[in-house]
Amino acid sequence: MSRLTRRLTGRSEEAEPQDRDEVWEAIQLARHQDRPYPLDYIDRLMTDFEEIHGDRLFSDDPALVCGIGRYHGRPVAVIGHQKGRDTNERTYRNFGMPGPEGYRKGMRLMELAEKFDLDLVTLIDTPGAYPGAGAEERGQGGAIARSMQTMLRLRPPTVAVVIGEGSSGGALALGVADRVVMLENTTYSVISPEGGSAILWRDAGKARDAAAAFKPTASNCYRWGVADAVVPEPAEGAHADADEAARLLDAYLERTLRELRRVDVGQRLARRKERFRRIGTFREGPHEGQVPLADPPADSASETSNGQPPAS
Amino acid sequence: MPPHIHISVDRLRRRRSTPPSKKPVGDGKACKACGAHFRAEELERNWGVCTTCDHHFPVSSSERITQLADGDEWRELWSELAATDPLRFTDLVPYTERVEQAEAKGVREALVVGELSVQGVPSLAAVMDFGFLGGSMGSVVGEKFARAADRCVETGRPLSVITASGGARMQEGVIALMQMAKTVVAIDDLREAAIPVVVVLAHPTTGGVWASFASMGDFTYAEPGALIAFSGPRVIEQTTREKLPPEFGLAESQLENGQVDAVVDRRELPGRIGSVLNILDRPRADIDDGAGRIARQGRERASRAAQALPKLSRRLRGRLGTGSDGGAE
Repeated sequence: MSRLTRRLTGRSEEAEPQDRDEVWEAIQLARHQDRPYPLDYIDRLMTDFEEIHGDRLFSDDPALVCGIGRYHGRPVAVIGHQKGRDTNERTYRNFGMPGPEGYRKGMRLMELAEKFDLDLVTLIDTPGAYPGAGAEERGQGGAIARSMQTMLRLRPPTVAVVIGEGSSGGALALGVADRVVMLENTTYSVISPEGGSAILWRDAGKARDAAAAFKPTASNCYRWGVADAVVPEPAEGAHADADEAARLLDAYLERTLRELRRVDVGQRLARRKERFRRIGTFREGPHEGQVPLADPPADSASETSNGQPPAS
Repeated sequence: MPPHIHISVDRLRRRRSTPPSKKPVGDGKACKACGAHFRAEELERNWGVCTTCDHHFPVSSSERITQLADGDEWRELWSELAATDPLRFTDLVPYTERVEQAEAKGVREALVVGELSVQGVPSLAAVMDFGFLGGSMGSVVGEKFARAADRCVETGRPLSVITASGGARMQEGVIALMQMAKTVVAIDDLREAAIPVVVVLAHPTTGGVWASFASMGDFTYAEPGALIAFSGPRVIEQTTREKLPPEFGLAESQLENGQVDAVVDRRELPGRIGSVLNILDRPRADIDDGAGRIARQGRERASRAAQALPKLSRRLRGRLGTGSDGGAE
């Protein structure tokens, strides 16, 4: 089965070997301060946008932008991690690290999307959920878990796009979608390289080693079945040309949402569950063979944007 | 009101008057909380709870199962699942070596699942073992949890979960992260099939485990003194320079925060779990509807997957016995 998967998709489970500097460069690109953030994409891709604020329980969380707008004439719901570009805004946005209030605001928007049958697009770009005593007291863990479950159960089509760095549960809370795609110069990882090096190397200065070990690049995530597609960026990277980056994302997004709309809702929900149920690699019994990583969804033969092969 | 509730409320109101002493005591056979000496068999007889101060020591998954199961009714499932090394990961030690060392200690993986009976209720249990790579959740943990949930749905039996984990297994990278979503899928299947899930949070339950299935039980109990948090105190202090109080994230604080339903002494756990399972236990006929629907959906999912494969599909389709229509619901 594993071999079959590889034949059908051209994917193999092995990570592509990448040297230390290459991975580190990818991480720097994913974090580049001039990269477009959710509001930049919303500006370029949507007409009309109205933001919601507050979780109706405690406060508003500016680290997550949640709102509705019009995309190619259709109303859609958007949730995105907003990092902030200058020092003041970064402080205000808490560097794109949401607390439980943020995820609960996100769930408010998901419920709104459910009520009005709006497509949901999430734009992921966070070093992780906020590590703070208050966030813990107000249920950071439960908020992330419930955000995943709410997204999993949503009846309208959902697409998650990693537009920068996707680190830890703080990213995955918005990542349980029908399609998970990554822009070319982005990363998706269990933890930030700094966090990983502090824990595994007991030395926060080993971030480069940690990055090389996690290999969190878009091309590897595609190989592992974590990302369904890699959306190309302008030649110089998204930070060099936000308009072109938005145009390239638009080409993928518009077509994918249209495709997903064509699928019966029951099937869409079942496939979404199946997509995440299948991810994993382990040995079973005496055989050394690996269980295949997530098979691509049925209609993914034409999955990469503009018919281009995934960037590597 | 049943008497056991009264006892537990007393216990959770209790506060340690002095913080645990940091200085190493004797030959290690002394309670690190109160310094009282004990014999190993004495501690084991008391389920790993200090006979003097009620401090809860870590216990292995096999001890947990002995404590939880009625008699000898325990049948472990899928124990043959073992970790692979998809990232060829090396930090200070190669991942494969870490796994071998952990396996050599006699524990198979960080999660053990099986069938048992709790206080007379036939059920499944999923028990984490902090002794295996810090109870971290990798692909094997995710898969075993998902299979246990599938079995619960098939049989209509409830699930008891005992967690003790540092979070996602970093050595499996983003694939480990995805196990959070995988366990949430399993929890959601259990919700649809109306299967009771009782979660017990043991020390420590942190990171991706707390942010996925551990916080999604119908009932959530915590052992006294267990650290329960998404970010641990060290990470928070380093990142935010906040100075945290010693009780930060402990079960007793999390009860006050509204994050758990009760703090329950280990020796009362089987009674409390059994009580919930007994209250929610229903005749088969009642649950058949939910379980049958999920099983049907599972079959439909499989047949759709088969139809999606271009060549093999006809053979598989034949085996699954479905027609050639689109399989739409």
